[in-house]
Amino acid sequence: MVGIITYGAYIPRFRIKIEEIARVWGANSAEITGGLGVFEKSVPDYDENAATFSVEAARSALLRRPVDPAEIKAVYVGSESHPYAVKPTSVTVGEAIGATPVMTAADYEFACKAGTAAIQTAMGLVSSGMMKYALAIGSDTAQGAPGDALEYTAAAGGAAFLIGNDDPIAVINDTCSYSTDTPDFWRREGETYPKHGGRFSGDPGYFKHVFGAAKMMLEICGTKPSDYTYAVFHQPNAKFPQKAAQQLGFTPAQIKAGLLVPYLGNTYSGAVPLGLSAILDVAKPGDRIFVTSYGSGAGSDAFDITVTDAILDKIDRSRAPSAQQMLAQKKYVDYAVYARHKGKIRM
Amino acid sequence: MRDVAIIGAGITKFGERWSTSFRDLCTEAGIAAIEDANVAGEQIDAMFVGSMSAGRFVGQEHVGALVADYVGLGGELHIPATRVEAACASGGLAFRQAVAAVSSGMSEVVVAAGAEKMTDVGDSTDVLAGAADREWESFAGATFPGLYAMIACDYIHKYGLTREQLAQVAVKNHYHGARNPYAQFQNEITQSTVMNSTLVASPLRLFDCSPVSDGAAVVVICPLERAHEFTDTPIKVLASAQAGDTIALHDRPDFSTMGATVAAGNSAFRQAKLQRKDIDFVEVHDCFTIAELCAIEDLGFVPKGTAGKFTEEGETQLGGKLPVNTSGGLKSCGHPVGATGIKQIWEVVQQLRGEAGKRQVEGAEIGMTQNVGGTGATVVSHIFGRV
Amino acid sequence: MTVARFWREIPQRYNLVGTKCETCGAVFFPPRTLCPHCRRDGKIVPCKFSGKGKVMTYSVIHSASDQYFDLKPYVLAIIELEEGTRVTSHVICEPDDVYIGMPVKSVFRVLDCDGPDGVIHYGTKFTSDV
Repeated sequence: MVGIITYGAYIPRFRIKIEEIARVWGANSAEITGGLGVFEKSVPDYDENAATFSVEAARSALLRRPVDPAEIKAVYVGSESHPYAVKPTSVTVGEAIGATPVMTAADYEFACKAGTAAIQTAMGLVSSGMMKYALAIGSDTAQGAPGDALEYTAAAGGAAFLIGNDDPIAVINDTCSYSTDTPDFWRREGETYPKHGGRFSGDPGYFKHVFGAAKMMLEICGTKPSDYTYAVFHQPNAKFPQKAAQQLGFTPAQIKAGLLVPYLGNTYSGAVPLGLSAILDVAKPGDRIFVTSYGSGAGSDAFDITVTDAILDKIDRSRAPSAQQMLAQKKYVDYAVYARHKGKIRM
Repeated sequence: MRDVAIIGAGITKFGERWSTSFRDLCTEAGIAAIEDANVAGEQIDAMFVGSMSAGRFVGQEHVGALVADYVGLGGELHIPATRVEAACASGGLAFRQAVAAVSSGMSEVVVAAGAEKMTDVGDSTDVLAGAADREWESFAGATFPGLYAMIACDYIHKYGLTREQLAQVAVKNHYHGARNPYAQFQNEITQSTVMNSTLVASPLRLFDCSPVSDGAAVVVICPLERAHEFTDTPIKVLASAQAGDTIALHDRPDFSTMGATVAAGNSAFRQAKLQRKDIDFVEVHDCFTIAELCAIEDLGFVPKGTAGKFTEEGETQLGGKLPVNTSGGLKSCGHPVGATGIKQIWEVVQQLRGEAGKRQVEGAEIGMTQNVGGTGATVVSHIFGRV
Repeated sequence: MTVARFWREIPQRYNLVGTKCETCGAVFFPPRTLCPHCRRDGKIVPCKFSGKGKVMTYSVIHSASDQYFDLKPYVLAIIELEEGTRVTSHVICEPDDVYIGMPVKSVFRVLDCDGPDGVIHYGTKFTSDV
């Protein structure tokens, strides 16, 4: 059965508090944190970007379970912040983990669901017998224009999943997707920051697609929410995934382990991958995980996953830091330092 | 091998020479040296020019030919001019090449020049970083002050050194520089000036560092047996030594001992058949304060780890047991990198002739120089004596 | 800088691939193609380093070249890798936290960019491994 062979995550160590961003823009921080359910967000170091996160996450995955990198025949990196408009992040990752040169690679973009789209591609390549292992990564140094609502949550981080069918730590029982042409959030070529349709991104965007994919997934699998130990939804803020979970019939306890957004922010393509990695950090054999991503533009990918015994004896999770460990290791910066880190100061 | 003597020496004022070009600096020092040597252009056989990075400082390569041309030795006389490069040791090495040319009998009267025009470029930090291993030091973020700062960090860890002792190197060199009319900085400073100056690369502060400078220095040499044709006060070259080491600091077994200084110093003393106690004063390469302390230890004047105390006790200042850097050193006199090695020799000439004015070392008979390229991948050392 | 100059050392910069002399056992990073101990008697083969090591000496750089302006102040150190060779690198930590003997491990970072429209140079830096 195709599944996750190993996984790794990366969260940079800098944080900015939402109240600090609100202070700079003269906004009411209590209203913002209350409305979003987000209190702080991760900030990249000066010399970090979506490619370095991807490499660190991929290396952590290989630390947890040594795999001959030459057997990784595909690398897909999903991001909204690929460091180049033209030149793949995925080959940098391939080179840094020793998977080059006999491999295929490409960069994915589908707003915040490019990482889960990469997992689906990897599943197809492995299931078809085209290759033994394929690496799927979602990572971002999320962009939000200064003062825009997005700036309060746009964060940094990513996670990597090695997909294969050789003793997976978690079997991906099935996956499905729900996609339409819905312009709720976009960034035109050459523009620095994305734009969005404000409240339009809620019902016609996030909820329509998340419900579309999630309900289809439950139907395909013949399952109900209570059959799952954990669930993780795309988390642009804390409110959306909580509302989606509740309306679908999932309990707060089921989504707790994967809900990183209150103290991480929205890592865009990294969001669901990081949430899933946090669940795998604590999961036990037999646990069942329900996953639904969302990418503006718009689409959702859903996954039904069952954790296997291999999570205990085929990988050593302690060889790389857990998402919670990386969240706990933090250094706060003020808005000026944050602006410098994010390259928002024009030289 | 023939004995060699210096018959003339000239220098420009060191400093920010905004209105003077690279070639005009060379001409200014060249004319001074040739007048001092009392030689005619027709008598000159060859010329060696030390320049670290004219190519990046002023965009000019082929500076041997350029300088020969502009001092009137190129166009009509067709004198062979050779550029010599060994980073900050370019000047000292140009002199050594000139000595080799004369002592071997290949040439008779030879000019050794050193020059650098550093203020025509914005990012001199990056140009200087080329003296280290560009690929594996500079690309990794190493600056020159950073590399010497790592030497200082290692030194402090191994031997202990007070901030005051380190500062005293700069204080002493400014004391000397205040007595040198060609020095870039002719003001005395205090330890607090150094200790309150801005951090450049911890533990080194701005006043631990030599400045960015323009300047040139030139000396003229000939066989000792002919020296009296030109001057009454020839200075004999008693030793000419050079040693090398790994290009990168990280490949040295001991970061705070410059192996090339030890080797060049030992070679120089062997050649001159002299003891350390025979040296009356020394010009060493104090590109950073820590470098002067390492230099006087590595040359064998004081035991390792004691140069700070030796300096603090005033022994390296005029009137002390071993006056060091009476010119003001690189710190106070200025450090136009290619010129420094020749300037050190110019200073020895002034001292041994008894013409050093307010900074004269009383009764100076024998002087020594130590000129460093990079973090010690090249060291050139000479010993000179009165005739 | 042309793209080739950095590109040819991608294995070294991304993955600390150095060399080893099979004759005397000495290891080299940065890599050497000739063993300085055995010279022509040496047999040089590639050798990948673990990325673990310790700080031998360091400085906090406050005045950087234009290329590293964005990073200052940053910690520069000479690191002895556990295999025995030494390398100069940035150490990612608070300036006050570095000390001689600090254990470090390699991380993947941006080294610099060839301007806003040029190639991004990635490579190895080190971070605390306490």
